[in-house]
Amino acid sequence: MKFTRRDVLQTGAGLAAGAVGSRLIGSGSAFADDMMSFKPEKGAKLRLLRWRRFVQGDETAWVANTKKFTEKTGVEVEINSESWEDVRPKAAVAANVGDGPDVILGWFDDPHQYPDKLVPLTDLAEYLGKKYGGWYPVCERYGKRGDEWIGLPLGAAGACTVYRQSWVQDAGFETFPTDTEGFLKCAKALKAKGHPIGMALGNAVGDGNSWLHTILWGFGGKMVDDKNKVVMNSPETIQALEYVKELYETFVPGTLSWLDSNNNKAFLAGDVAATINGISIYYAAKTSDDPKMKELAKDIYHVNMPQGPVGKPTELNLFTQAMVFKYSKYPNAAKEYLRFMWEADQYMPWQQAAIGYITQPLRAYEKNPVWTEDPKHTPYRDCVKNMLWNGYSGELGYASAAAMADYIVVNMFAEVCAGDRSPKEAAERAAKRSERYYRV
Amino acid sequence: MVAEIPSVTADSAYRMSLWSRLMTDRNFLGFWFMLPAAAVLILFLAWPLVLGIWLSMTDTTIGRPGVFIGLENFDWLSDDPVFWLAVFNTFLYTTVASIVKFLLGLWLALLLNKHLPFKALLRAIVLLPWIVPTVLSAIAFWWIYDAQFSIISWVLLKFGWITANVNFLGDPDNARASVIAANVWRGIPFVAITLLAGLQTISPSLHEAATIDGASGWQRFRYVTMPLLTPIIAVVMTFSVLFTFTDFQLIYVLTRGGPLNATHLMATLSFQRAIPGGQLGEGAAIAVAMIPFLLAAILFSYFGLQRRKWQQGGRD
Repeated sequence: MKFTRRDVLQTGAGLAAGAVGSRLIGSGSAFADDMMSFKPEKGAKLRLLRWRRFVQGDETAWVANTKKFTEKTGVEVEINSESWEDVRPKAAVAANVGDGPDVILGWFDDPHQYPDKLVPLTDLAEYLGKKYGGWYPVCERYGKRGDEWIGLPLGAAGACTVYRQSWVQDAGFETFPTDTEGFLKCAKALKAKGHPIGMALGNAVGDGNSWLHTILWGFGGKMVDDKNKVVMNSPETIQALEYVKELYETFVPGTLSWLDSNNNKAFLAGDVAATINGISIYYAAKTSDDPKMKELAKDIYHVNMPQGPVGKPTELNLFTQAMVFKYSKYPNAAKEYLRFMWEADQYMPWQQAAIGYITQPLRAYEKNPVWTEDPKHTPYRDCVKNMLWNGYSGELGYASAAAMADYIVVNMFAEVCAGDRSPKEAAERAAKRSERYYRV
Repeated sequence: MVAEIPSVTADSAYRMSLWSRLMTDRNFLGFWFMLPAAAVLILFLAWPLVLGIWLSMTDTTIGRPGVFIGLENFDWLSDDPVFWLAVFNTFLYTTVASIVKFLLGLWLALLLNKHLPFKALLRAIVLLPWIVPTVLSAIAFWWIYDAQFSIISWVLLKFGWITANVNFLGDPDNARASVIAANVWRGIPFVAITLLAGLQTISPSLHEAATIDGASGWQRFRYVTMPLLTPIIAVVMTFSVLFTFTDFQLIYVLTRGGPLNATHLMATLSFQRAIPGGQLGEGAAIAVAMIPFLLAAILFSYFGLQRRKWQQGGRD
């Protein structure tokens, strides 16, 4: 990542305004161009649907921030939460029937499935971007349709390689390698010492998609090109498939059935030496009352997901963003609510309370102490910076959502690992399946 | 004028009698008494079904109303290997699970029909798998089948009968067998308890008469119990097949249709395509594709199993 002078200035300005500025100036009073606000409609009341907390701190801080907002503006906000996978269908239904929560914290390409039903948030997004050092490039991909912002990125639940330091060192590596080649070598060395690794190859919405897309893109393979043309069946894809097949040899048995939570359980039980996951494993061990778990936490370390031969990060993480629906009677109140929650005074403490589960979309929040107070948090700081988007390098929309929901990429890798198909056959089949969604 | 007066009275008398005749007319009253039930059925069953069929003939996606495209969704599906795999899985799942549920259920019903100690308690216990919410029992099975922490693997390992954990859900064939086993476990009580109710309506005098005639245990079962039980079996198996064919929760919790789509049923694929995938039209088409099979199952049991000849052990 190259920093231009402009970037540095922007980050600096953002920080000044955010972390320091707000404390010095006090929220409320502000410079004219540094403060935007929307006037809530008279008698406005909001309903927010969000994903259920991954950690208690997230919810507590979110509710506290919301309460602050209500006290300031008199706008009451009712917060409903659903398990993270259930938000998508609920949001889709709300969009379809034209009634439901005013604001929804959705996932991935949700806004691009019903762009006409959403209130444009361009002014708000531009204001926040300017104030807080700019959005990461991937946020513009997710948030914008053409020149207009239709979603307000909240961040991503990032994934990193989570590993047992002592076992990795025992296998002859100082830390877990962050390139695909070294990753494989280390996994093999661990396996030789009797410590397999393991990542989900079942229909795991979060984990399966995250790590397999990261590898696929890392080798230069992708489902579609910039013109949404299917290019899945390529030598690069086949290379990625061969790589994962070799890596699969070092896996603990049963990963083809793994859903999102299996790797957490297996890691904490000491069955695997490494996996790719959110910060939840570390957090569970660290906050456990069990002294054995506390001991284990000391041995858990993180590095970013491996980079492939393309030589740059190609991560896919669970990206979440806020949408304001047009059917809402109080769009201004909703925008004001989002603005309030995204400002440093609220966002930073919230992010801290969520102890690194959510990586920020705005550069200025990189400086949030949550990323440095425990050095083990640090790799998660860069998860959004390192991201590509669903349906890379094509457009976000119906096709990208449908192709991912159908587990085309996950199935392709699983077929090869199970030995059902050769890498070539699997790539051909996946290309055919992708074409079903990317037909013109 | 004079002539009209009687005609008016006659008319009103006629009307009176029409009203009173209507009030006693079975067809007329029957229509009105049926109306509320029919309205409920039409509003909440038939209409959504029609809407579903309509949806399956459009290219609706989430957030965009579709246009009528005729049978294109079906045409498209006919060429989709994943859809056909789901059809195959659904048939395998329904056939195997229904047969096993029937056999074990019948067996259990026959056992429970005997004079056992703690009969009432036993019958209550048998119902348990049916009462527990499916999602809860599915989560229990998820642990039982876990690749690392399966209790079955653990026990077998302790006994030294296996050397590595059983890969319950990670191998396509094992996964199919495992989800069928979980479905059977859950479905047996329904079959058993209903058949038990059927068994208890069979008059003991028939068995006594057969015994006096020198019928063996098997003959009594074959020529007395079975024919009298057939109508109940028809109803139970119709329901059982319907429940199994449309199963969703168990698969969704255990495998999400994996590994390699080996356990995707039509219901789960329909959901996956329609809601997370946003292709409402295609999802509806998969759901509609289930209807002919369901109808066939119902028709078979109603017109086939309820035939008198069959019930009496004869053939056509």
